[in-house]
Amino acid sequence: MKIKSQRDFWAGMMFLVVGMAFAWGATAYSFGASASPGPGYFPFGLGILLALLGAIELFKALTFESEGGDPIGHVAWRPTLVIIAAVAGFGYALPHLGLFIALPLLVVMVSLAGDEHHWGEAAISAVVLTAASWFIFVFGLKLVIPLKPAILGFGG
Amino acid sequence: MDLIHNLVLGFGVALNWTNLAYCLLGAVLGTLIGVLPGLGPVATIAMLLPSIYSLDATPALIMLAGIYYGAQYGGSTTAILINVPGESSSVVTAIDGYQMARQGRAGAALSVAALGSFFAGCVGTVIIAAFAPPLTELAFKFGSAEYFSLMVLGLIGAVVLASGSLIKAIAMIVLGLLLGQINTDVISGTPRFSFDIPELSDGIGFVAIAMGVFGFGEIIANLGQGSANREVFTSEVKHLWPTKDDFRLAYPAVLRGTLLGSILGVLPGGGALLASFAAYTVEKKMAKDSSKFGKGAIQGVAGPESANNAGAQTSFIPMLTLGIPPNAVMALMVGAMTIKGIQPGPQVMTSNPELFWGLIASMWVGNLMLVVLNLPLIGIWIKLLSVPYRFLVPAIMTFCCIGLYTLNNNDFDVYMGAIFAAIGFVFYKLKCEPAPLLLGFILGPMMEEHLRRALLLSRGDWTVFVSRPISAGLLLAAAAMIVVVTLPSISKKREETFQED
Repeated sequence: MKIKSQRDFWAGMMFLVVGMAFAWGATAYSFGASASPGPGYFPFGLGILLALLGAIELFKALTFESEGGDPIGHVAWRPTLVIIAAVAGFGYALPHLGLFIALPLLVVMVSLAGDEHHWGEAAISAVVLTAASWFIFVFGLKLVIPLKPAILGFGG
Repeated sequence: MDLIHNLVLGFGVALNWTNLAYCLLGAVLGTLIGVLPGLGPVATIAMLLPSIYSLDATPALIMLAGIYYGAQYGGSTTAILINVPGESSSVVTAIDGYQMARQGRAGAALSVAALGSFFAGCVGTVIIAAFAPPLTELAFKFGSAEYFSLMVLGLIGAVVLASGSLIKAIAMIVLGLLLGQINTDVISGTPRFSFDIPELSDGIGFVAIAMGVFGFGEIIANLGQGSANREVFTSEVKHLWPTKDDFRLAYPAVLRGTLLGSILGVLPGGGALLASFAAYTVEKKMAKDSSKFGKGAIQGVAGPESANNAGAQTSFIPMLTLGIPPNAVMALMVGAMTIKGIQPGPQVMTSNPELFWGLIASMWVGNLMLVVLNLPLIGIWIKLLSVPYRFLVPAIMTFCCIGLYTLNNNDFDVYMGAIFAAIGFVFYKLKCEPAPLLLGFILGPMMEEHLRRALLLSRGDWTVFVSRPISAGLLLAAAAMIVVVTLPSISKKREETFQED
């Protein structure tokens, strides 16, 4: 069997697997009866429906010709991974290291995500944005954001 | 008269200094992101959701609404001047608008776009004010069965009219509905799909999904494309006022565009995008000399620009009266209302009349501000185009990440944002449009509640959805929509339309 559309194949696969996972997960909750549907009723039905739609999409991907096999195409790994890592890293760093370290880290990482990168510009962005964020969020809006590393004892 | 009384109330609210300030802020932000290619209203509103926690509901919604219709104005500027539509709804404006700019008529194109938009915005505001009350009354007659069927129709309609592959789009809705199931069951109090993570038993944060998939996702997609060379017609924007001949050709197009946009905006899946495409097609068909299209026909700018603004405006009708969002921006507005503790639905008009009428009146005020912002101040916006994207990205990311953290003052929402950025990227690569997912996610809990209540009342009889006439009619309409778009002749046309995107 030959995959005739890569994108549709993987999309169908995703829907099929996620749908089945939800339906299987829903069996852990009380299903109830039609007259008094329980917490598992709606998610089970939806999971099955999603799996069915995924199966149809898979069938389509394997039977109908598409132009050039509809490949998923070039993945821009660099910006993708850098952005995701920067966000997750910020989530970890902010409560532990505080805004004054976490934010410059985020800004420098993000500045390096694109094709063009200049260290000087990244540093300026980091300083300006950190100062502006402190001014807007901490000083202006009085939000509670940890500022310095918690280990030093006066975080927050 | 009620309408007058309501509008007086609305203008009283909209013209108070705080609300005027937020309306202006929304309009400026909207123009800004409209001008900047690669940053749309959905992403921007998603990014701003955390900031509305500190605001009252009325100024918050006034500001968010301003961003949406403001983007329609700003989007046309870049479409005309650099042939890069700032917004997807300005794609067709670029066709003739850019040609006009090349012939040195950029000023005329810009003013026709702005004036047409203003006219359409005024009409749109009146239409909302006139049609919202009767629709609300109708909605009060709805029981759970009708509501469930209405949501089915809304969701189906949204994908039938507005996205590529039908099966994928429906699957994305269902996936959204399922993500909405990660919560604590309202009726039995059972936590579902939470994997014993306490944060998950409150449900996935709407802001984290919206920001991850739309905000971060859009940034990744833009960075992946690299920068393109642009030719900017800045020096030629001098004669702003269109000639008499321009007016003669443009005003019927504005009228037609407004009418068409107003109608399409109300439909599920409608809104600015669909309206502008339809209006361009109509103008091309109506014109005596259609060979001019694509070579700088002023109707090709006037029609779609009026239509997209009218559509942006009237798409508030189903959101405000029924609580059902017809497109992704409205889904975000519903989310914003929920954040502010307002249950969207027909009761908003009676329980929060200041919010309801104030928002409507603010749209007219906002449109007026936008004409001023866009015509005399056009030079400032053009200058902004020269700001490189690499300076913008860190600023946007900073704002987003701090916003995510301050939602609940913990890191969980930031991680969720990162996860949804990754998921959003997968969707982008597999050509699965994320907008239907957001609609499903917003409507999921409401839909489940109405389904279960309807079944409870009918003692488990599923035929209740087809035996009650209104409900049956709504489901029939949904089924008809699917059948119609799968007909071979139409599905071919539909594919062609979306190819142009």
